[in-house]
Amino acid sequence: MISLAARDIQHNWAKFILTGVGLGLLIGVTLTMAGVFRGMVDDAQALLNNSGADLWVVQKNTQGPYAESSSLKDDVVRSIQGMPGVAQASNITYFTMQVSLLDNRIERETRAMVVGIEPGAPYLPGQPVHLVAGRHLTQSHYEAVADIKTGFGLGDQIQIRRHVYKVVGMTQRMVSSGGDPMIFIPLKDAQEAQFLKDNEAIVNDRVRTAANPIFNRPSVPGLLEAVQNLQTSSHNVNAVLVRVLPGWRSEQVAEPIARWKHLTVYTRANMEEILVKKLIATSAKQIGMFLVILAIVSAAIVAFIIYTMTLGKIREIAVLKLIGTRNLTIASMILQQALGLGVIGFVVGKVSATLWAPVFPKFVLLLSQDAALGFGATMFICALASTLAIRVALRVDPAQAIS
Amino acid sequence: MTQPAGGIRIENLRKVYGQGDTAVEALKSVNMYVAPGEVVGLVGPSGSGKSTLLKCLGAIIEPSSGRMTLGDEVIYDNAWLSTDLRALRRDRIGFVFQAPYLIPFLDVTDNVALLPMLAGVPNAQARLQALALLKSLDVAHRAKADPSQLSGGEQQRVSIARALANRPPVILADEPTAPLDSERALAVMRILHEMALQSHTAIIVVTHDEKIIPTFKRIYHIRDGMTVEEKGEGRSIGESAVQVKVEAS
Repeated sequence: MISLAARDIQHNWAKFILTGVGLGLLIGVTLTMAGVFRGMVDDAQALLNNSGADLWVVQKNTQGPYAESSSLKDDVVRSIQGMPGVAQASNITYFTMQVSLLDNRIERETRAMVVGIEPGAPYLPGQPVHLVAGRHLTQSHYEAVADIKTGFGLGDQIQIRRHVYKVVGMTQRMVSSGGDPMIFIPLKDAQEAQFLKDNEAIVNDRVRTAANPIFNRPSVPGLLEAVQNLQTSSHNVNAVLVRVLPGWRSEQVAEPIARWKHLTVYTRANMEEILVKKLIATSAKQIGMFLVILAIVSAAIVAFIIYTMTLGKIREIAVLKLIGTRNLTIASMILQQALGLGVIGFVVGKVSATLWAPVFPKFVLLLSQDAALGFGATMFICALASTLAIRVALRVDPAQAIS
Repeated sequence: MTQPAGGIRIENLRKVYGQGDTAVEALKSVNMYVAPGEVVGLVGPSGSGKSTLLKCLGAIIEPSSGRMTLGDEVIYDNAWLSTDLRALRRDRIGFVFQAPYLIPFLDVTDNVALLPMLAGVPNAQARLQALALLKSLDVAHRAKADPSQLSGGEQQRVSIARALANRPPVILADEPTAPLDSERALAVMRILHEMALQSHTAIIVVTHDEKIIPTFKRIYHIRDGMTVEEKGEGRSIGESAVQVKVEAS
């Protein structure tokens, strides 16, 4: 028996292909949305992987340093370095800001996560792991290592707050959980940039402190100066990243640190849960809603297309029924056409998504298993959408073929 | 080739639509017999019950009572005796419609071969049978063409080939010449007469077409749901029709 569906598609191939392309673009958007979600999860995991840390020590009762703000004194790291099972521990600061390129010819500003790290210690957790060009930070001030996604290049001068930094190294796939590329600068500069105020604000604070009789006591010489020094210097960091010794479990090392009353410590599993299940949970739900809506829209479009294609063939269906074609053959013809449309749509959608994914500003990760799931869903939706048309076809009275 | 025997016989066929006060008796008592190889006309004014009779004969709707014999088999005796009316239509009744209604996405050969294929004949064999039929109807040269590329007369010949594809004992032709001019209408009638004789098929032609009525040897008039048999002129379809066939091809 010949395939009636294949013959019909062959006969109307241009119409069928164009319809499939239209559907395919919609499927491409759906696959891309899934890719955006996967990209967010992957960014979060890349952030944790690339930090090289096993433990994150943060301010008590906060979920820092990525999901909430956290502030610790920078000398905490020394206490942690002495804990059993700790191989390395390092201070780290994170803050997201607009970073400008200082170039008279080009005006460029990039949103980036600025990370304060210890210079001259690339082996410590939190450092950029893969340098694709240049070198690591070696000086305590005014040097930067930038992710290639920032668009900056080696030797570029960039401005962070009040200071100008020279890009001495380039790294890649170092991103925040939000997908912003990272720029690494020396810890002291980062502390200053993150916690200190501009000159006018400092002057204003000094005047206000001097006007306060509690701090400005003639009987206590040096008090005012000490208070003002405290206000203009920062010894805070956002977290201490810890790498444990081989043979030690993270939980084992974390346990005594967690007993310290002013600290909270997270393992890799805890941190992954915070990032994936809490930090990007709302975005994931948002994308999930989009996916559901797109699936419904796709189903409605396929149903409409197949339905109208079937209505256009009512007379032929009546003739087919009159000459003895089984209902199953007619239903199968419509179902095969719907599935054919789905296959064309999926191929177009997959190719489109693959082509346009790299153009997206944030990472879009197209996974094979998502594509397989998407194919299954497309086939299911097409099959479901064809039921309306099949219903109409099966109700066609063969007598309609007779005038 | 097996020869169908017995033609079609209809006895006291009755069809009532609706029930009670709203019941309409479309067919009161229809009696007909068409012998194998015979072409008879079925004529009557609008609303006389022609379409209802055609649908009953075609096993599309169920009569209310009566008896129908197709070939040597009783197919209806106050109830359908066959459980698979679809197979009955496919294997034992051929249809020729007012418009050819060829399947637009199948080529000419497959339009004809579709019926044997539906009956389970292998594709290659069904196509060979179809080609033979198309050859006998002088449209074999358009075998690979799309129906839309055919003239009206060619399309109607292909639809006749399709009706004959499963060698049914009876063909029901519903106004087969309505869209054609006189000469082409006569050409189609000539083909039907030839095919009836060649394949021993009983052919019932429902028509209003005054041009073709003189070609029937017997005519059934249907009025108020009853049939009356009349002798027709049985006029020979002469050279002009053959000439048209040659021109059309």
